[in-house]
Amino acid sequence: METFTYYPGCTLRTKAKDLDKYARSSAAVLGISLEEPDEWQCCGGAYTTAANEPATKLSAVRTLNAARELGRPLITVCSACHNVIKQTNYDISRNESMRNKVKNYLGLEEAYTGETQIYHYLEMLRDVVGFDKLAEKVVNPLKGKKIAAYYGCLLLRPSKAMAMDDPENPSIMEDFIRAIGGTPVIWSQRNECCGGYITMEDKVQAAKRSNIVMKNAEDMGAEMVITACPLCLYNLKKNSDSKLPVFYFTELLAEALGVKEDAVNE
Amino acid sequence: MQRIGVFVCHCGTNIAATVDVKAVAEALSHEPGVVISQDYQYMCSESGQNLIKDAIKEHSLTGVVVCSCSPRMHENTFRKAAAAAGLNPYLVEIANIREQCSWIHKDIATATEKAVILGRAAVAKVHLNAPLTAGESPVVKRALVIGGGIAGIQTALDIAEAGFDVDIVEKEPTIGGKMAQIDKTFPTLDCAACILTPKMVECSQNERIHIHSFSEITDVKGFVGNFTVTIKKKARFVDETKCTGCGLCTEKCPMKKVPNEFNMGLDNRTAVYIPFAQAVPKVATIDPNYCLMLKTGKCGVCSKVCSVGAIDYKQTDKLVEEKYGAIVVATGFNPIKIDKYEEFAYSQSPDVVTSLELERLMNAAGPNGGTLLRPSDKTHPHTIVFVQCVGSRCDDEKGKPYCSKICCMYTAKHAMLIREKYPDTDVYVFYIDVRTPGKNFDEFYRRAVEQYGVHYIKGMVGKVTPRSDGKLEVQASDLLANEQLHIDADMVVLAAAIEPDKSARPLATMLTTQMDTNDFFTEAHPKLRPVESATAGIFLSGACQGPKDIPETVAQASAAAAKAIGLLCKNSITCNPCVAHSDELMCNGCSSCEKVCPYGAITYIDKEFRMPDRTTRIRRVASVNPAVCQGCGACTVACPSGAMDLNGFSNSQIMAEVDAICK
Repeated sequence: METFTYYPGCTLRTKAKDLDKYARSSAAVLGISLEEPDEWQCCGGAYTTAANEPATKLSAVRTLNAARELGRPLITVCSACHNVIKQTNYDISRNESMRNKVKNYLGLEEAYTGETQIYHYLEMLRDVVGFDKLAEKVVNPLKGKKIAAYYGCLLLRPSKAMAMDDPENPSIMEDFIRAIGGTPVIWSQRNECCGGYITMEDKVQAAKRSNIVMKNAEDMGAEMVITACPLCLYNLKKNSDSKLPVFYFTELLAEALGVKEDAVNE
Repeated sequence: MQRIGVFVCHCGTNIAATVDVKAVAEALSHEPGVVISQDYQYMCSESGQNLIKDAIKEHSLTGVVVCSCSPRMHENTFRKAAAAAGLNPYLVEIANIREQCSWIHKDIATATEKAVILGRAAVAKVHLNAPLTAGESPVVKRALVIGGGIAGIQTALDIAEAGFDVDIVEKEPTIGGKMAQIDKTFPTLDCAACILTPKMVECSQNERIHIHSFSEITDVKGFVGNFTVTIKKKARFVDETKCTGCGLCTEKCPMKKVPNEFNMGLDNRTAVYIPFAQAVPKVATIDPNYCLMLKTGKCGVCSKVCSVGAIDYKQTDKLVEEKYGAIVVATGFNPIKIDKYEEFAYSQSPDVVTSLELERLMNAAGPNGGTLLRPSDKTHPHTIVFVQCVGSRCDDEKGKPYCSKICCMYTAKHAMLIREKYPDTDVYVFYIDVRTPGKNFDEFYRRAVEQYGVHYIKGMVGKVTPRSDGKLEVQASDLLANEQLHIDADMVVLAAAIEPDKSARPLATMLTTQMDTNDFFTEAHPKLRPVESATAGIFLSGACQGPKDIPETVAQASAAAAKAIGLLCKNSITCNPCVAHSDELMCNGCSSCEKVCPYGAITYIDKEFRMPDRTTRIRRVASVNPAVCQGCGACTVACPSGAMDLNGFSNSQIMAEVDAICK
């Protein structure tokens, strides 16, 4: 059993409970122990992209520093949290003055310099467990299921900071689909925008975007769409006219591993 | 007692604007041994040189220091002037107070102080200069051309025409290069094969040209006039001297599913193959990655059908050593791999192609016999979108920072040819800028727009979405109209950036020539010596030096040939006398110098020495071949006992300079 620090983030405790509970029940079968740090807080939300404002980094660094103190790599699963935490880690490892400001704000004994290794849950499957090992543990393969992997924007970009996969030609989710026995659909809108936060301002625009995405998945023969992002899931389900089901990738993982029923809400 | 003359050049305002030249001349006149110190507006001019010559005679100078530009510019000029006045040319030293002083400083006081210090160092050095005599070495009257594309072909033809033997080393089974794959050429739209293949045939028929096809360079030794090159003739499993190119083996070969690289993988060839009908040499080659006989030992069909018994499954790579006086590099280019540009869906749809693939799709010898059909369903495309600058003029490491230069013109050509042949097809070209300088080039592009009605749109394509109905949904911005465009296309053509061939970098290391950060070979001078490399005897031809179209490539190929011919015409060349030599009494034979010598100029000899006790002893000592030594000085630094020294740059001279600077 390998132990990792696990950061669920706020949405996984409210709107996206499925993403969280299936992640945890699957990890247990894969020999991965996920331990949440005490008193974790918001990842920092969408504000961290303000490059010069230390206040926007504090939340993320609090989590990163907690993981550093626990001495274990950090695992995230929500695309948005992952993006915020990983980008902050990237920025702070390259910006000494920001590092010192954050240290003073948080009253850290030692400045946080980006020491924590961060894995998105998918990266954990690929790099720690290995997709071949995962395939061996599958008991209910999703045989013949044509599944469209939807990356959205947050998992892959900015590509230098995220360093997960090729931003224009990723393969990690397709490899995941193959590992659980499904057939990945090749479609080009997989890394385009779902509409994001515009859904709060302008439903017409949001619907336009999510319809382009869903129409392309449908057109290329997908039977379902999977995502790692709660906001993508919301937009694709609520704002598009498509009847195509959208799931969190963890739900399919739990199903393939035969632990879907074991999953409980935290 | 030394009698040294100092001459400070103004170089117009190049030096004089930032350096107080009169003060420099005054300061240096007090240096030990200096008997005359003068300044002049242009020291390199006829009257400037006369000033030096007269001073040498009048003051019986034993050494000259010229404070001027880089020695790369005028060292030779001043050495010649000194020689004309009867002074050994190696008693002239240059203090570079232009490139290394006036050009890089703004403050007159600092620059003047530095110029004085540089002058003082040169005076200190010239005190220790010894007269040197340059030797001569013979020139091997044979040239090597590396690469058999249009650049290499033209260079070889010109050199052979001048009466010298020339070898072409080509890594593919045939010469012809990229031009052989091109359908039509801009701006005249004549067929590429029709103008290229006569030249290929000429190469094979010319008695002075020897083609090493399917061969690579593995080692280069020696120096200008006297290179020794090892050529690896890769096993093609066919005896070149017997094969008649009848092609029967290629018809009978059962392994028919090998991607055909000549047609950019758009169709298949057999495991034993002749790349194309006009290949030179017209000799079959067996691809060991696919040949059943070579892989499994079971087949042998080609050997059975070959009437001349040319098939030889046991053939191995062969190394050949040849001597050359001059080497011309013509390694050419390749389009970049575009896997980083998947927003254009290249790997998702066979109907998204690169421009070179389109050349094959439109070529009569291509996979569709010259009819433009979509690769996916072999239907006629009615809407085609061209995307320019895919990977060119790119501001991150994904692509190339430079303009690939040829894409604007070939895209205009493609667009025009398609509109001419298929008037019912709509053609869109998305561009950042249209760059068409060149004779009849802009007229050509305008014809595409005005006469052929090609839709040129300033803006970039953001996304190509392949649909299940076979259409490619193109999303793009029209920057002039400030609107988003959605085009349902049947084909998308990507103008991929071009980059130097991958073989260029290891070759540059072997040739000790320089490359830029993009792996293009660097010319000796960007304006005045565009076809020579900085390494003597190595010349540059074609796109290995920078992106070029065919007319420019041919012009440069002929220029490189002219330079090579100029060298081959000489019976001997003057050697650099500034070479290393070993003090045998100090040398302990440790081999440190031999290990660092990049030219293989150092060998060891056993020599008899008389010892202080009147006995004799055989000792192993280093010996430098002055004809091979290039005077780089690596051995003088590596020698632990200080036995190695370099003529003209001795340890004592260098230390004297350092002392003068630090004084």
